[in-house]
Amino acid sequence: MHTARRILTLATAVAVGAVSTVHAQTYPTGNDPRNGLKPGMYDAGEAAQGMRLVSFSKKPAQFDTARGLTFINSDLAFRDHYVYQGNFAGFTIWDVKNPAKPRVISVVSCITSQGDPSIIGNLLFISAEGNGNRTDCAKGGVKEAQEHMAGVRIYDVSNPASPKLIKNVQTCKGSHTHTVIPDPKDPNVVYIYISGSQMARLATELAGCNNGSDPADVNNSLYRLDVIKVPLKHPEQAEVVTGARIFTGLEPAATSAMRREAMAERAARGGRGGRGNGEPAAVPAGVPASAAAAPAAPARPFDPSKSGPWNCHDVTAYPSMHLLAGACASYGLLVDISNPEHPVRLDAKADTNFSLWHTAVFSNDGSKVVFTDEWGGGTSPMCQATSMMEMGGNSILTIHDNKLTQHAYFKIPSAQTAQENCVSHNGGLVPVPGRDLFVQGWYQGGVDVSDFTDPDHPFEVAFFDRGPVDPPPAPGDTTTAVSRFRGTIGGSWGAYYWNGYIYSSELARGFDVLQLVPTEKLSANEIAAAKLVRMEQYNPQSQPHYTFPPAFPVVRSYLDQLVRNNGLASDKTGSIDKALTTAERQSGAARAKTLTTLASQVDGDVAGASDPQRVKTMAAEIRRLAAASK
Amino acid sequence: MNPLRHRGRAGAFIVAVAFVVAAPKAYAQDPAGMDHHHMAGMDMGLPPVSIPNGALFTEADVRFMQGMIAHHAQAIYMSRLAAGHDASEHLVKFAQKIDQSQQAEIRLMQQWLRANGQFAPDTSAWRQMPMPGMLTAEQLKQLEGAKGADFDRLFLTFMIQHHEGALKMVSDLFATPLAGQDVDVSVFANDVQTVQTAEIGLMRRMLSNL
Repeated sequence: MHTARRILTLATAVAVGAVSTVHAQTYPTGNDPRNGLKPGMYDAGEAAQGMRLVSFSKKPAQFDTARGLTFINSDLAFRDHYVYQGNFAGFTIWDVKNPAKPRVISVVSCITSQGDPSIIGNLLFISAEGNGNRTDCAKGGVKEAQEHMAGVRIYDVSNPASPKLIKNVQTCKGSHTHTVIPDPKDPNVVYIYISGSQMARLATELAGCNNGSDPADVNNSLYRLDVIKVPLKHPEQAEVVTGARIFTGLEPAATSAMRREAMAERAARGGRGGRGNGEPAAVPAGVPASAAAAPAAPARPFDPSKSGPWNCHDVTAYPSMHLLAGACASYGLLVDISNPEHPVRLDAKADTNFSLWHTAVFSNDGSKVVFTDEWGGGTSPMCQATSMMEMGGNSILTIHDNKLTQHAYFKIPSAQTAQENCVSHNGGLVPVPGRDLFVQGWYQGGVDVSDFTDPDHPFEVAFFDRGPVDPPPAPGDTTTAVSRFRGTIGGSWGAYYWNGYIYSSELARGFDVLQLVPTEKLSANEIAAAKLVRMEQYNPQSQPHYTFPPAFPVVRSYLDQLVRNNGLASDKTGSIDKALTTAERQSGAARAKTLTTLASQVDGDVAGASDPQRVKTMAAEIRRLAAASK
Repeated sequence: MNPLRHRGRAGAFIVAVAFVVAAPKAYAQDPAGMDHHHMAGMDMGLPPVSIPNGALFTEADVRFMQGMIAHHAQAIYMSRLAAGHDASEHLVKFAQKIDQSQQAEIRLMQQWLRANGQFAPDTSAWRQMPMPGMLTAEQLKQLEGAKGADFDRLFLTFMIQHHEGALKMVSDLFATPLAGQDVDVSVFANDVQTVQTAEIGLMRRMLSNL
């Protein structure tokens, strides 16, 4: 990762996906405990494996209504002992000092879809995109353009019981999501990258905005991610300072066919002197003459410049690696953010199986990145037995010399009902030594932990799932009865591991806290090792790098993994286990001596092991523990 | 749930060109007038819209949701032709993706319309409700007559046109004063914009790789 980072020419950086070799799972036909769970809002059936529900808290009363998407919960951010939960109509601050009994500290009512939060110190940032969001937070919608708030709201939460709105930072395309990136040089500055799906606003609504068609044009507000610079000591001075132009040159395959099409369009436009909707659309080269002869139906004339992506749904920064993964419509991008004001695209990957590159998470070592596909937008039931398995899930890509290579797909191996909106959604890593574990929300597909250590063979490690919010239609339901379905959108928006627990934001129901429990796929030692990683502040889209302290559960995690994967002969793992048990009972120099002797013994086991790398890493961990024991 | 099958409408898709020809020709060949017809709605046999007090949605929102049902239904019709027309494996899968996504979205739109006391067209509506980018009778005939690589090319060409029409419907909606503020409509319209923009990108690549 840290080798010289070549800035590739844009043309060669574009890789058009041909991924026929990428394999996908199939839905299992067996008796999955998630099948046939009882429907219900608060009394739905539950199934869990490898985790247990510690607490469930209903939405606060202000948001407790199931009127479409108006009051659904969105994403989470974490700091100190507080969890910040976004909602399309405001946000909630939970005190989770006791995860078994989360306590509402404050509820802020402020119409702000979709309300994704980030927390930096005492500053809470909230994404605002919807057209009905007002600068003053009120209900009732926007009557005058000046009332419209689309961008990022900044709150002072130094008193979490009474958050104060400091500033609305308006952006041209609003803010569907955002990502905080600390300035690598100035600890008092953070940058916020804004992602969004909308076109730029009109200049009459927000000065300087325009939907230009040249991606390289610095005045074009369409083909860029707005970048807000926040001086942390003067958040009221936060403003858009630049645009991350990471799409420039990213055309869908600059083949001759495309160029001919573009030229034909230009000719058609020029020849007829206008681009009104009544203009016949240009017919691409290579289309049979019969088609060319037919007058095309009315559509916006083809604008070749609009064919490449001009937005990201989400970008995940990995600041300590100076990397950013952009999930940008039809592309997954890898971007160098060494200078956050001047990001440089390193590679781009496309895959026709992916409906919508939605979000991303890096492996802790930065050698892999998981992209998710939000097929159906999160409101559709895309995990049914008939839904294609390679769509609406995750895809694992490896990063080598700043190039992305696509590997396997992963989708929850449990067919959900037609009443359950389900697709791969937000999540983050579970810090387990020697493994890459991803916990994420799948809307009504539940909370799921998957292992992507082997990018070609991801598998499920743990899950928690509820039955659908709505009941299925009764047999023989007629057309009129269809209106009975409420079509409630629910489930886990995002699920994140933070300081020993998994927190999940339930769109319709509220707030879940879960805990991992040991199974044959995840041992007690691995869970204990994960608990050693503490993060004071956690914004999942600004991925933290984690390290483990020297500790027995860390060593034992590797040992458990070697037993699980037969990476080392059982007589050897048995004797290592014994020595570790002896050392655990000792202290100080005696423990150090036992561990040092053990490390040398394990060195000798490397050669004969079928997983030598893991044995080697374990020896190093034993040595680190020995050093810490003196 | 598959609304199309559930409601016994699948058959309507299989009915051949006769219906298509019966579609009001004036609309199909009068693109300039499209927007007016679209907004008025009543010209297409849709009942008038009445907006409850305090609602955030407007007539344009209702007409958008009604119109997009018809728009999606034609896309599903087109997609279901792929398997029987010797399309490439890749294209059949892509068409299946459009079919499954847009079926689910039709259900959403119908639910939104019903929940808000508005008329919800069914999936046969596309025969009577021409929307921006929808294929003309002539184009449909061409697609229905194409096989193999010709089908791939025509499908992609026409579906790009079709998707661009959907994007136009979204931008028209957002350009209408006071429209697009209901959260459900706004989220849905943004989803259409995001997904179909991405799919246009994909289709352009597929087209150039033919």
